[in-house]
Amino acid sequence: MAWDDKRVETWVGIMLRTGVMIAAAIVLIGGVLYLSGRGPSPRNNYRHFQGEPAQYTSLSGVVHNVNLHEPRSLIMLGLLILIATPVARVGMCIAGFLLERDRMYVVVSTAVLVILLYSLFFHK
Amino acid sequence: MNESWFSAILFASSLGAGLLGALSGLGGGVVIVPLLTIVFHVDIHYAIGASLVSVIATSSGAAAAYVREGFSNIRIGMFLEIATTLGALVGAWLTTKVPTSAIGLVFGLVLLYSAYVSLKKQHEDITQEPDRLAMRLKLKGSFPSGGGMQEYVGQRVPVGFGMMWLAGALSGLLGIGSGAVKVIAMDQAMRLPFKVSTTTSNFMIGVTAAASAGLYLRSGYLAPALVMPVMLGVLAGSLAGSKLLVRARVHTLKVVFSLLIIAMGVEMIVNSLKGM
Repeated sequence: MAWDDKRVETWVGIMLRTGVMIAAAIVLIGGVLYLSGRGPSPRNNYRHFQGEPAQYTSLSGVVHNVNLHEPRSLIMLGLLILIATPVARVGMCIAGFLLERDRMYVVVSTAVLVILLYSLFFHK
Repeated sequence: MNESWFSAILFASSLGAGLLGALSGLGGGVVIVPLLTIVFHVDIHYAIGASLVSVIATSSGAAAAYVREGFSNIRIGMFLEIATTLGALVGAWLTTKVPTSAIGLVFGLVLLYSAYVSLKKQHEDITQEPDRLAMRLKLKGSFPSGGGMQEYVGQRVPVGFGMMWLAGALSGLLGIGSGAVKVIAMDQAMRLPFKVSTTTSNFMIGVTAAASAGLYLRSGYLAPALVMPVMLGVLAGSLAGSKLLVRARVHTLKVVFSLLIIAMGVEMIVNSLKGM
């Protein structure tokens, strides 16, 4: 069966949904562990912006600090997987356009991927 | 109030927002920020962080369903994503530079505009000429309509591209999907069929939002314990909403949701002006 837009999009759709479900499951597990570990202490206050600790403010920080005893690190890992789903989608579209031999759209989707990777790793 | 109760209430409110957003077609993301800032007194930077993540979840989660319908156009979406992601870079950068009250003010105006767009009657004229630029860029397609396939070609590509840049900038500045502006760019400026515009817009929202996520993370806008219940709630609500969509009375719902959005928009504008 030849690769066409519909087939590429169907695969992309399935991949996106799977990614979201995995991410949501990790966030949920992290959330349950976090709340059960906190007990009846008063709620967090988000009224004033303070930023987040260093291990939660970089991609490498999140990846390197995944720790089962610190549930918030699991939540952050789930969020990163979630953020990766649209990026993976663009990557899969590049593969799809390659299979369809549509050079113009290989270039267009590569441009989008470059912008996304720049934003994730370098944008200040 | 302890953290578990707080999380449960956030989850339930976000579930409602996701449900209403999916049923009305306005997207749940647009009410998350006003909900968090007005009702729960959350700083707008944390609020846009939680909202942005929810927007990505909703867009990626719904993609499979939209593909099945066969309306979304992968090439038009990808081409316009160059504009939305470049816009998002600027928008996200602005959140680190402009005062909180300015973000709130723009947010309020966007809420009012979104409500206006959703209440306005939709035109459905697909009288089109073969636009040269659109033909070269393959910004065309066909979709199932009545008996056969209806063909369409994008018009006024530069205008649509420019509006998409703006949609991206607003997405980065406000942590929203900017679905309303994206649909206007495709439906009004590029004269694409409404159904093609809305489904392609949903596909684009996740990629656009992902372009702001890196800077949001580095700036500390993603508070894990706050994002957790909000993201899970919006995702569950919007998935449930898209399943219910077939049976619901969409028009009444749209009016109710739009009125809610107008009230939130006015509240945010007034609060921001007071804080200036």
